[in-house]
Amino acid sequence: MTQASWAYTDTVKEHFMNPRNILMDEDGYKEDGKGVTGNVKCGDEMIVVIKVDKEKGIIADCKWKTFGCASAIASTSVLSEMVKGMKLDDAYNLSAKDINRELGGLPDHKVHCSVLGDKALRMAINDYYVRNGMEGKIKKEEERVVCKCMNVTDQEIEHAVLEGARTFYELQEMTKVGTGCGECEQEVTQLLEAYKTKHFCEV
Amino acid sequence: MSPKEIYMDNNATTPIHPEVKKVMIETMDVFGNPSSLHASGRQARQLVEEAREEVASFIGASPEEIMFAGSGSEANNTVLSAVTCQRKQCAYHQEGVNEIITSTIEHPCVLEASKCLQERGVNVLYLGVDEYGKVSLEQLRDLLTERTGLVSVMMANNEIGTVQDIKGIAEIVHERGAVFHTDAVQAVGKIPVNVRELDVDFLTLSGHKMYGPKGIGALYVKKDAPFCPLIRGGHQERGRRAGTENTLGIIGLGKAIEMRSQEMKSDEKHLLELKAALKKGIEENIPDVLFVGHPTDCLPNTLNVSFEGAEGEAIILYLDLEGIAVSTGSACASGSLDPSHVILAIGLPAECAHGSIRISLGRENTMEEIAYMIDVFPRVIGKIRDMSTVYKRRLQ
Ligand SMILES: Cc1ncc(COP(=O)(O)O)c(C=O)c1O
Ligand code: FES
Repeated sequence: MTQASWAYTDTVKEHFMNPRNILMDEDGYKEDGKGVTGNVKCGDEMIVVIKVDKEKGIIADCKWKTFGCASAIASTSVLSEMVKGMKLDDAYNLSAKDINRELGGLPDHKVHCSVLGDKALRMAINDYYVRNGMEGKIKKEEERVVCKCMNVTDQEIEHAVLEGARTFYELQEMTKVGTGCGECEQEVTQLLEAYKTKHFCEV
Repeated sequence: MSPKEIYMDNNATTPIHPEVKKVMIETMDVFGNPSSLHASGRQARQLVEEAREEVASFIGASPEEIMFAGSGSEANNTVLSAVTCQRKQCAYHQEGVNEIITSTIEHPCVLEASKCLQERGVNVLYLGVDEYGKVSLEQLRDLLTERTGLVSVMMANNEIGTVQDIKGIAEIVHERGAVFHTDAVQAVGKIPVNVRELDVDFLTLSGHKMYGPKGIGALYVKKDAPFCPLIRGGHQERGRRAGTENTLGIIGLGKAIEMRSQEMKSDEKHLLELKAALKKGIEENIPDVLFVGHPTDCLPNTLNVSFEGAEGEAIILYLDLEGIAVSTGSACASGSLDPSHVILAIGLPAECAHGSIRISLGRENTMEEIAYMIDVFPRVIGKIRDMSTVYKRRLQ
């Protein structure tokens, strides 16, 4: 992906112009699982619904709606195509980077808009498990406190990276992580590199 | 994409006026340093001073009161940063004066400079605005004390176009013995501005908002107003701003202002007609819209509109793909996801602040372009609303 590029790729544009699988009939769609994430107040909201082929354990249909920007629209459109016919487990493990690769890359500062779709999808899958008495299958995204002085978790660090933090200093500015005893610096730096790789680097 | 972009983002910046372009190309070879005594220096000096006279006469000032700056932002920062000057001999230094008043809807360059002042120990008070974006003169009276050194309120807002009662504000500020600055970057060249009539102490304007070049602004500094330079190191601009003059920029600004003095009146009529047609077209073709800003005290070219349930960036990009350039909020804010501080300040909910579009027309726009816009707009909004989680209306 080109660094800090402003331009959208042709794939992004194409999905943006012709978004697939929009949930037009919200009340009439008999979904097996539903995920809602984001918040209109923050300028981003996403609903993802799925139908599941229960015998095969695969996603039979996926539809979505959003109050969101171009990146959210294009990435969720792509996501909804990708997951059809996919095993629930595989769909659950899709990352923003997988979607991004399919899109041919998003501008860096827009990557965090694209995580909305896969987050809602995971919630929809979990919702399906709950509705079908399969709570045991739910994978919790556990939060872990990394910086005990400032009470900052790994998820907050990931969020800050998605919001643009690239250095330890920027993380400190945004989250106050590591501004107490400083003991956590090494672990935070490792997490920073890991999240940068997870969301921004092509393997 | 249509071959020619329909440009309706003139509050972000304007295309250069053909006459300005011509003059700038003609004077490209004028390389002399205006401070030099020889012929090429004198030639540059003369052109700079002619431009200064042009700017001064357009706003009712005298040429000595005009200081050229590198941008509107610089001019604004110059005025604000002077407040913290602690030197005893500085015209600004007054015992016990350590407070400024500004408004919540200023351009980021004023808001950020104010925030910085606050961090340096200055008390910063903010005037709120009403639903139309007007500051309250009552609140101003309440906030002003003998500690107030400076009040800075923009003349016209870049996002919603609301024009303040600058004359009324200046009067109140002066009653309390404080100094008054107005950021008139969006006003000068669009509506009549006369510094004597308004009785302001400082006024900022910028070249690229009035069909002139970028990177050139000017600050009106009233004779005898307390002044403290931001940039030191030379005698240029009467010691108010060091640095060899941006001659070409200054010449371009002078020409742009000359053209404004000839064309502003007729442009205003043209813009008001276009804006009325656009507003009517939107009202008649798109349900659930909200026009933001003052209905009458508004820049003739600016129309801010919020579409329920439609996200702003998506609107901008769909229009962009249709060859239409508009924006959300201020240009600098467009790369970020923060809701418009102006829309929030006037009390609209955050979802409106995420979904408001600024259409700012310019002298080159035509009725045909408005018609095209009205044709495209309902489709774009309809499409976004179809996939919106918040827009509940269903076509039966
Ligand atoms: C109200 C207002 N003030 C100041 C500025 C900054 O002017 P400049 O771009 O010349 O720095 C702008 C332009 O963005 C503006 O709209
Ligand atoms: S543990 Fe992070 S600063 Fe102490």
